[in-house]
Amino acid sequence: MMKNIIEVRDLVVVRGSQEVLPGISLDVTPGVTGLLGPSGCGKTTLMRALVGAQRLRSGSVEVLGEPAGSAPLRTRVGYVTQAASVYDDLTVAENLTFFARVLGVERSSAEEVVASVGLADHRHQVVGRLSGGQRSRVSLAVALLGSPEMLVLDEPTVGLDPVLRRDLWGLFHRIADGGAAVLVSSHVMDEAERCDRLLLMREGRIIADGTPSEIRTRTGAADIEQAFLHLVEGAAA
Amino acid sequence: MNARITFAVAGRVLTQVRRDHRTLAMLLVVPCVLISLLWWMFDDLPGDMFDRFGPALLAMFPFIVMFLVTSVTTLRERSSGTLERLLTMPMGKLDFLMGYALAFGLLAAVQSALAVAVSVGLLGLDVNGPVWLLGLVAVVDAVLGTALGLLVSAFATTEFQAVQFMPAFVLPQILLCGLFVPREAMPGVLEVISDLLPLSYAVDAMQELVGRADEREVWRSVGVVAGFAVASLALGAATLRRRTP
Repeated sequence: MMKNIIEVRDLVVVRGSQEVLPGISLDVTPGVTGLLGPSGCGKTTLMRALVGAQRLRSGSVEVLGEPAGSAPLRTRVGYVTQAASVYDDLTVAENLTFFARVLGVERSSAEEVVASVGLADHRHQVVGRLSGGQRSRVSLAVALLGSPEMLVLDEPTVGLDPVLRRDLWGLFHRIADGGAAVLVSSHVMDEAERCDRLLLMREGRIIADGTPSEIRTRTGAADIEQAFLHLVEGAAA
Repeated sequence: MNARITFAVAGRVLTQVRRDHRTLAMLLVVPCVLISLLWWMFDDLPGDMFDRFGPALLAMFPFIVMFLVTSVTTLRERSSGTLERLLTMPMGKLDFLMGYALAFGLLAAVQSALAVAVSVGLLGLDVNGPVWLLGLVAVVDAVLGTALGLLVSAFATTEFQAVQFMPAFVLPQILLCGLFVPREAMPGVLEVISDLLPLSYAVDAMQELVGRADEREVWRSVGVVAGFAVASLALGAATLRRRTP
């Protein structure tokens, strides 16, 4: 049994009058875990809870043995929001240097992470003039600074070309091979097969949890999209 | 508080401003042009009208400009997600606020140095107190503008709204600061309100430096402005939340 990097117990999150997470529990172990589900199912809210940005109603969220969002975790967790959270009026290198100083990591690691997301040739370009996919990779590079033990990536591959997508998934697996937990959300079911483990989510609940092949076998479906439909329709029947 | 992080924020803000040539030009050139315009306007009139209005204008520039620039930049920081990201990192709220205050305080120092040099050197503004103190008042004033800008940006959701806070928060202070009507000659209620507004003290300090130049009076007024700035920074810190609904 691998040790859990994330432990969520009976988490309830209410936004406005809506109960977005009505009492969710889950564990995440090292490796690449895909959090898959349609838009609006609560993926982003769950991820915000994991990094300590979300106000909680009740329940507990533990990351690396500490309460999520507590001070010791702030250098050990990397987080990429859906929108590229970087400064558009700075160059790629300036963005990375700034965040590296905030985190207290070496300047050289700023150059490494730029290379690892394939932006070495664009180092001195202003982020605002890059394409959408390039901007989100700058945002990803920031999350990689300081080799975090947990990476929370909210739809990092949306809108990227297939070659780049494959390269990024390769990068996620290399990071996970180093012992980190990489949690990647996506609303595109065809990314499922690239994950070591899947959490299928719908309406604030986890409806399936296992390796892609386990989930396919259990539901007798040909692919994860079919499995998802099977699970939803099975629950409704 | 962490000095490394505070300086990182200040350095980053300054790099952003440096990259934006138009904003930089407006920050530095516009005050000099406006103060010259004021001097020219009074040129044919008898008396020393420029000596009466000039100091108040020197107090207003850093306050207004820094208020505007800060409220828009921090709003952008809130809406682009960079603030949320920074707060998941080892970034203290005070590091963030002091970084901004430091960067804009520095910009204000350059801005006022230019405006004061033009007013005193070229336009013949009579200053009886030390000229450096004029610059210091301007810097404290700019920090106040930055602090208030940070605070109000919490209550705006768009840049449009943030800009609207300028007439709401700044214009009343300009009307009541004693520039148009001496504060003691205002109706009682307005005089009390004027006593509660920070810009009144900034203008008092500038006018004192040009007039009787009682340094004790100047320091008292600067102290009040600094107090307002610290209070707004503290309130601003309360609006920065790591966890949001």
